[in-house]
Amino acid sequence: MSDTADRVAKIVVEHLGVEADKVTQDASFIDDLGADSLDIVELVMAFEEEFGVEIPDDAAEKITTVGDATKYIEEHKG
Amino acid sequence: MRRVVVTGLGLVTPLGADVETTWANLIAGKSGAGQITRFDASNQKCTIACEVKPKDHPWGFDPDKRVDHKIQRQVDPFIIYGIDAAGQALEDAGLTDMTDAEKERTGCSIGSGIGGLPGIEIESVNLHERGPGRVSPHFVHGRLINLITGQVQIKYGFMGPNHAVVTACSTGAHSIGDAARMIMMDDADIMLAGGAESTVNPLGIAGFAQARALNMSMNDRPEEASRPYDRNRDGFVMGEGAGVVVLEEYERAKARGAKIYAEVTGYGLSGDAYHVTAPHPEGRGAELAMRMALKKAGLGPGDIDYINAHGTSTMADTIELAAIKRVLGEGLSGASMSSTKSAIGHLLGGAGAVEAIFCILAMRDQIVPPTLNLHDPDDGTEGIDLVPLVAKKRQVRAVLNNSFGFGGTNASIIMQKVD
Repeated sequence: MSDTADRVAKIVVEHLGVEADKVTQDASFIDDLGADSLDIVELVMAFEEEFGVEIPDDAAEKITTVGDATKYIEEHKG
Repeated sequence: MRRVVVTGLGLVTPLGADVETTWANLIAGKSGAGQITRFDASNQKCTIACEVKPKDHPWGFDPDKRVDHKIQRQVDPFIIYGIDAAGQALEDAGLTDMTDAEKERTGCSIGSGIGGLPGIEIESVNLHERGPGRVSPHFVHGRLINLITGQVQIKYGFMGPNHAVVTACSTGAHSIGDAARMIMMDDADIMLAGGAESTVNPLGIAGFAQARALNMSMNDRPEEASRPYDRNRDGFVMGEGAGVVVLEEYERAKARGAKIYAEVTGYGLSGDAYHVTAPHPEGRGAELAMRMALKKAGLGPGDIDYINAHGTSTMADTIELAAIKRVLGEGLSGASMSSTKSAIGHLLGGAGAVEAIFCILAMRDQIVPPTLNLHDPDDGTEGIDLVPLVAKKRQVRAVLNNSFGFGGTNASIIMQKVD
């Protein structure tokens, strides 16, 4: 796993209180990890903080899996 | 009218993270007071409080026991304490495995006086320093007072009354009284009722200090600072925690062979119509609440064995005492009365519920908890058994619990042993 993927996974584990082995790149925040829409807002804020990227609302709405988040951050971080 | 009994208890207090530890420490005369550790209080006028102790303390609180990790991150401490105390009470009552039909007839009335002040403070700073886009999406529902009730009903699937009282320091007592009436009126068969508070944060301490309500003269002697009825009392000590009881319709509780602690027989409530923080100087509102509770219970002035007083360790202590004297008259000579705020501080919206549980345990064990630090009783206390310094074994069949709050709000609860 890339460094970004590792750090994304760590944030997801911490925020959602899920087992680390469930946080695969394919895992859906809502369907697999028990998140609700507000949890995703919070996660996006945490990603912005950790990676110094800005994730606008329209982009955030398209982030539904752990892999989506990793991909967006890798493409946009400075 | 349907009868209402108490069948489960739950406590998170500065003296323990469960009922039996708290009670044993209280009866042993221990104090939960100390220097504030939750934040750096060195610039505050008051630097002491009765904090719920951390997990590694001999009687510390472990939030992981009953509250999901994710919820812990989203909500204020008062909600975490409340969820835990509600879980304890349900376990104690043997009601963790209910049918859907029973869950539809089970509700919650768990309130708070102030609610999520620490979170409001943190997010307010966040807003100003970093902008609106950094405010937590869980900010609102993680601070709201009715979110103990909300969280508990979601966790256990309860679909009965979803209620939360906000009456400052009488919240806990009103919560129990209102919930008992909901069962009496057939709105529910089972109610979890109580209160919680956690405002040991910079804004909470500063606010009560500026209102001249806190003790600020004994920062170097925290365990001696809460001293109800003592001539040298000088303001309350902030406490935190939660108390929740399971109330149940009597016939139902009897039929399932439940352990019945007590019956809620009297509830009185009134307003002072006088001042926002000071009680009526003659305790007129307090008197009305107590008289109403006695009347509802059908008891006479000599029938009360133990009074858990509001007794915050402020000038108001003797006003309450004068009102009690008028209500009970000669009957007071056979009663014992103490303020357990001397040991656990003032839990504000949690106080009435925690103290109601102490009243119930006094009936269970036939022992009344002490008023700590009462070395020099103030004028007007002559001839009244204020249980100074050490707990006292005695007969306890009927108890009166008083709670009064800012805004001139008063609640009195009477509970009795069920034979």
